[in-house]
Amino acid sequence: MTKQVKQLDRVIIRFAGDSGDGMQLTGDRFTAETAAFGNDLSTLPDFPAEIRAPAGTLHGVSSFQVHFADHDILTPGDKPDVLVAMNPAALRANVADLEPGATVIVDSHDFSTRNLTRAGYADNPLEDDSLDNFAVHQVDLTALTVEAVKEFGLSRKDSARAKNMFALGLVSWMYGRPTESTVEFLQTRFASKTELRDANITAFRTGWNFGETTEAFAVSYEIKPAVMRPGRYRNITGNLALAYGIIAAGQRSGLSVFLGSYPITPASDILHELSKHKRFGVTTFQAEDEISGIGAALGASFGGALGVTTTSGPGVALKSETIGLAVMLELPLLICDIQRGGPSTGLPTKTEQSDLLQAMFGRNGEAPVPIIAPRSPSDCFDAALEAVRIAVTYRTPVMLLSDGYLGNGSEPWRLPEVTELPDIEPAFATAGSEPFLPYARDPETLARPWAVPGTAGLEHRIGGLEKADRTGDISYDPANHDLMVRTRQAKVDRIAASIGPLEVDDPGSEHGQRARILVLGWGSTYGPIGAAVRRARRDGISVAQAHLRHLNPFPSDLGEVLRRYDRVVVPEMNLGQLALLIRAKYLVDVVGYNKVRGLPFGAAELADVIQGVAAELPAREG
Amino acid sequence: MTSIDLPTPDLRFDGLAGVPSTETPQTRKDFASDQEVRWCPGCGDYAVLAAVQGFLPELGLRRENIVFISGIGCAARFPYYLDTFGLHSIHGRAPTIATGLAVTRPDLSVWVVTGDGDALSIGGNHLIHALRRNVNTTILLFNNRIYGLTKGQYSPTSETGKVTKSTPMGSVDTPFNPISLALGAEATFVARTIDSDRVHLTSVLREAAAHRGSSLVEIYQNCPIFNDGAFDALKGGGREAAIIPLVHGEPITFGSEGEHGLRRDARTGAIDVVEVAELGAESLLVHDAHTDDPSLAFALSRLTDAGRINRAPVGIFRQVERPTYDDLARQQVTTARQTSGEGDLGALLSGRDTWTVA
Repeated sequence: MTKQVKQLDRVIIRFAGDSGDGMQLTGDRFTAETAAFGNDLSTLPDFPAEIRAPAGTLHGVSSFQVHFADHDILTPGDKPDVLVAMNPAALRANVADLEPGATVIVDSHDFSTRNLTRAGYADNPLEDDSLDNFAVHQVDLTALTVEAVKEFGLSRKDSARAKNMFALGLVSWMYGRPTESTVEFLQTRFASKTELRDANITAFRTGWNFGETTEAFAVSYEIKPAVMRPGRYRNITGNLALAYGIIAAGQRSGLSVFLGSYPITPASDILHELSKHKRFGVTTFQAEDEISGIGAALGASFGGALGVTTTSGPGVALKSETIGLAVMLELPLLICDIQRGGPSTGLPTKTEQSDLLQAMFGRNGEAPVPIIAPRSPSDCFDAALEAVRIAVTYRTPVMLLSDGYLGNGSEPWRLPEVTELPDIEPAFATAGSEPFLPYARDPETLARPWAVPGTAGLEHRIGGLEKADRTGDISYDPANHDLMVRTRQAKVDRIAASIGPLEVDDPGSEHGQRARILVLGWGSTYGPIGAAVRRARRDGISVAQAHLRHLNPFPSDLGEVLRRYDRVVVPEMNLGQLALLIRAKYLVDVVGYNKVRGLPFGAAELADVIQGVAAELPAREG
Repeated sequence: MTSIDLPTPDLRFDGLAGVPSTETPQTRKDFASDQEVRWCPGCGDYAVLAAVQGFLPELGLRRENIVFISGIGCAARFPYYLDTFGLHSIHGRAPTIATGLAVTRPDLSVWVVTGDGDALSIGGNHLIHALRRNVNTTILLFNNRIYGLTKGQYSPTSETGKVTKSTPMGSVDTPFNPISLALGAEATFVARTIDSDRVHLTSVLREAAAHRGSSLVEIYQNCPIFNDGAFDALKGGGREAAIIPLVHGEPITFGSEGEHGLRRDARTGAIDVVEVAELGAESLLVHDAHTDDPSLAFALSRLTDAGRINRAPVGIFRQVERPTYDDLARQQVTTARQTSGEGDLGALLSGRDTWTVA
């Protein structure tokens, strides 16, 4: 049978099943195949906090969305074109996100009355008209898989578990994905369990062949490789890029890296990753709690290492006092907050941007801390290097605000040349002829000396009590305290001098007709905002985009940029935290757009917001 | 799960191995900083400071390779008065900072100075984990059984019924026995000494500094303002009957004539106070601080009065060898470099699956 091949420019696929169905693995493999094929891509894993929620329930549904295209894309996509649902609950939890015309591939095996009831269905959606708007492929994935792997002598349960590889094979055929990497992956993963290895590979190949031979699937699709900047690429998640950025910062500064951390979702992967790279001089310390994690990191910094701690919002709350101490000691320290839904335990596996004000103000006293935010998974690498540059140069704790979406999401990353990465200069203090002054300052940066133990002539005592200017002795003098509070603030403010002007993407500025609307964001909203701005421009709206990497201090020209626009729109996955800072500092009445659903913004949703703001703009004066 | 066979450690059980020494003779004055000492007149901390300043020259270490780290409390001012590197941190967290420093800097002699509130209340969690890990640090726990810096509230070692500003009808808390706690936390070196007994204090410091691993030294320390006389039974006349001296390898006797002794029931492990004249010296318990089984040390620790202290064992309860966390952590880094070579950043970033866009 000759099958038709259709050309598409982009596709969004969502794999959904029980949290034990292996959907994250399926998504990861499809992503790896897609990366190898050369499409641009962006992914969104979405899984419950429970390790194994009760099977077949809505809250046990785990999904993985991948968006891939023959052109540059910015987000994992709003609405899936294809939903692969491994059971009734996965169908019910995701079907509302589909547009009419979407393809649904569903494992019909588990649509028993019991499972339908468990998923909250009164009637079988495969038998009524509720899915009429979609192209539904009912396939008994479970039975086909069990049949295909029966020769390997596995239990029925183990046989059925390979159904995710059957589904992967089928979808890989539909979109012409290369299969070698998945076969190699399965060979390695199950190297010691040959029957599982053979069963999974067979299920994968059978799924592919099923697509190719059965009449139910008449069409396959081709999405050409994307035109991307020349270079060598790999796919990378935000947490992996952040871990690599920390290692790179250690290499470029010549400092040994010490990570003190306590496991917490969604940051633990960074601890896992760094613990594998001891040969780069990286030491990881799994502490008894969050406080000990940062305490040990600060102790390592005092000793001349690059102290790092990784956590999420609840952990930052526990670390606050030690961050304040680091502000007082004026020692380099990197604190990575992979934000998640809050407050309290909140939504551990869902994303949010609601720790900005915590990072900014969450300490007693006047305790300014520089804040850096990556804007995409691969950008976590550069953000880590920049955060370490600031920490080391200015002798200060630095907060890096990633989030669950960036941490777990992935995209292609154009590999940097190692030799072109920025150098970071620790410039440890050495003894001179004058008596050592631990709180004397560099006139340009206001940084104090990093005087590490073991250096003769630099013996000194520091601590959390207020310091006398220059000598660092304990001081309760009112004028000195006022001076030191202002000096610590001034030191952080001076970082702005090292970060260059804010990049503004304003298509009108070249021909003298600047846009009237600016969309300003920070962190992981970069992708959705960028995609929304493109849509709005296609619809004829003149809109500019700027994205903040530095949240404290802001770029020096931010106020000036904001005042150029009639409207400044600030979308945030919180209730308006950046908006509050901008209004307070620049008296600019920004328009907030705020949602805290635990999910990234959709591009269409933000494009509507821009449309709305544009529609309400009064006519241009003059 | 993959299990990893730890390499057999080849580590010197010497707390100061790796710390550079100096040929230049040092005196007490070399370790006194230019800061004015600001404890209350009569505070036991003065005696401990004098003992430490007097003892440090004996180690012959370079001053710049010694670091004292403290938390919060009266005792936490200690680092300011020593001309070494010092870090006066935040309440209860000194063991965490010391851990990070000790792991990254094997060339430093790292000391923690803490009090009963700092170590056992707000910092209790860090103390027990530092002890079980056996990080190479010496922890001086100044126990005055009261909160001094906050002006006189009861502490986690105050006796039940203690009347203080925060317990006008008497405390209803059961106190910690710091020695029992440390032993329960798998500590490898546990000792007790008294601020006013400089000779004994110095001898314990010597052993503690020489021990590789976490050494916990409880120092009974008088607070003349808020808990004066808490340890008077162990000082002055009659102290021979109150102090049970622990010396490794020696039969345990006490009293002005050595007339009291300890006997251990071989079957239950329980320890009784007996009269030496009645039972004979050969039936007395001989102290063994080096035995791997901590139950003897624990049983001895229970002879400490929980209420007002009229009797307490003093000396080294336990001193055993176990690989330290910091040595093992560094060894993993060394092993990783030996087996796989120094890391190559370019290769790391590339990973296994790359593609090229021309």
